[in-house]
Amino acid sequence: MNITDLTVHELQEKLKNKELTVTEITEAYCNRIEEKEKDIDSFNTTYLDEARNQAKEIQEKINNGEIIGDYAGIPIGIKDNICVKGTRTTCSSKMLENFIAPYSATVAEKLNAENIITLGKTNMDEFAMGTSTENSAFKITKNPWDLTRVPGGSSGGSAAAVAANLVPWALGSDTGGSIRQPASLCGIVGLKPTYGLVSRYGLIAYASSLDQIGVLTKDVRDSAKLLTLIAGKDEKDSTSEDKGNINYEDCLKNDVKGLKIALPKEFFGEGLDKEVKDKLYEAAEIYKKLGAEVEEISVDIEKYVLATYYIIADAEASSNLGRFDGIRYGHRTNEYSNIEEIFKKSRSEGFGDEVKRRIIFGTYVLSSGYYDAYYKKAQKLRTYISNEFNKAFEKYDIILMPTSPTTAFKIGEKSGDPMQLYLADIDTVSVNVAGLPGISIPCGVDSKGLPVGMQLIGNKFQEETILNAAYTFEQEYKFREKYKPQAINKSKILI
Amino acid sequence: MSVSEKELVHIADLSSLELKKEEIQDYLENFQEIIDFSNVINNAPVEDLDITIGINESKNRFRKDEVKEFEDTDALLFNGQGIQQNMYKLPKVVQ
Repeated sequence: MNITDLTVHELQEKLKNKELTVTEITEAYCNRIEEKEKDIDSFNTTYLDEARNQAKEIQEKINNGEIIGDYAGIPIGIKDNICVKGTRTTCSSKMLENFIAPYSATVAEKLNAENIITLGKTNMDEFAMGTSTENSAFKITKNPWDLTRVPGGSSGGSAAAVAANLVPWALGSDTGGSIRQPASLCGIVGLKPTYGLVSRYGLIAYASSLDQIGVLTKDVRDSAKLLTLIAGKDEKDSTSEDKGNINYEDCLKNDVKGLKIALPKEFFGEGLDKEVKDKLYEAAEIYKKLGAEVEEISVDIEKYVLATYYIIADAEASSNLGRFDGIRYGHRTNEYSNIEEIFKKSRSEGFGDEVKRRIIFGTYVLSSGYYDAYYKKAQKLRTYISNEFNKAFEKYDIILMPTSPTTAFKIGEKSGDPMQLYLADIDTVSVNVAGLPGISIPCGVDSKGLPVGMQLIGNKFQEETILNAAYTFEQEYKFREKYKPQAINKSKILI
Repeated sequence: MSVSEKELVHIADLSSLELKKEEIQDYLENFQEIIDFSNVINNAPVEDLDITIGINESKNRFRKDEVKEFEDTDALLFNGQGIQQNMYKLPKVVQ
């Protein structure tokens, strides 16, 4: 048995049957990280000694009957923009290179209450701005399926770590696709919950009306489990919603008979790789075979979604990132003679190019003379996009579309061209703009052996519907039994 | 809309950012490209629509304005520089 191949629910089963101990599980993951992390570069910081000690303590408590809990001793990776008290929380930015979180995010508190062990903080695009994890100030994470390719972004470290079996599951954040797109490129499951279902307290903000914490896992059951653990109203996040205590595992029925699925034709047109398109149509046929009703529809938003997203996200970023002034935390310049110079030089030295580009564009669209033409119009378009989705959900339960227009691209292939990287978000941003839940699950591989992701979108707070649909497909297709990332197991750097 | 170098530097200044001379041309090209791309919204059929304010409901959620003490002041101040007597030391603002 290879412990790190197992899903969390399989680990739980083996812990329950006393086939494995917490110390054995943690040791297996620590060893795997020590062996493979150098090839993947998925972590900014690891806590392996601490994890081993914690595992011993938890195992002793379990042996003494002091801990009874289904998740005690299960390891996890956490994206490096989620605060965990006492840990370095960098957002993969020079600005926060030495920042030690003075408090924990609500999601981290929830994991801690379950005695889940944090193995490390995962790499990301700086301040979650990117689609390849190449924008990290520290390292470029590699895709475990092909080490010369990107893992996607911005939660690329979390996705690669899960795909490479360095962690059994991970937390990420999704502002415009940052969980779903890397999940797609790394052949794993990525769930972005409805805006408000999971507290954002302790998530370092990029665009507050779009940001949402979510999960990256090996299979759909694990996504349902981790969502159950982290969802819920939080007094510290006024936008969080009280939906009661839902156990999302209960919705996994392995049955989609009568489910109405829509394929929005605009997202299957020009720009979508033919092999990706073919896999999605094959998936739609599988759903039909399983008893779902699948129809093509028109959702006339595709030409507006990216511009709407980037105007709103960058406007919010320009405001949110105003807090980084070199005074209370973050990088401070050594060369200044007055307060203005501290602000300006600290920010200019601490932020990378893409972050500066977005702050400047965000400032532009909020400035006098351009506010109405860009920001206000984008906020109207947000209403338009939500209305289009609402119309679709009057008739259909789920929208099925690509997660990413292509499979994983080469490291460096698009890094000099911001617009090309923005286009990688075309299939995911509308979900954030409308505040909907979306899940990406693998639905095959292309001719290069790279995973293809399928995105299922539900109406607000209909996570149970998309989780069950994803689970039913997964049980039929059995992706994990058919395909595994080979590159990471060859253990050599190819670039 | 076309953006001039002067305008770009001004917006960067408003953002408390300074661009090096050798960076400006690249930023200008990328910035223009993003603006050109964003102009697609000019033709969007949104004249009669309201703006979106809240994602799930368009109202504020108020709480009592109560002062709460943060449990670990040392951890907060740890990330600042030049701390003296629990305060941040800065250059003179008023001469």
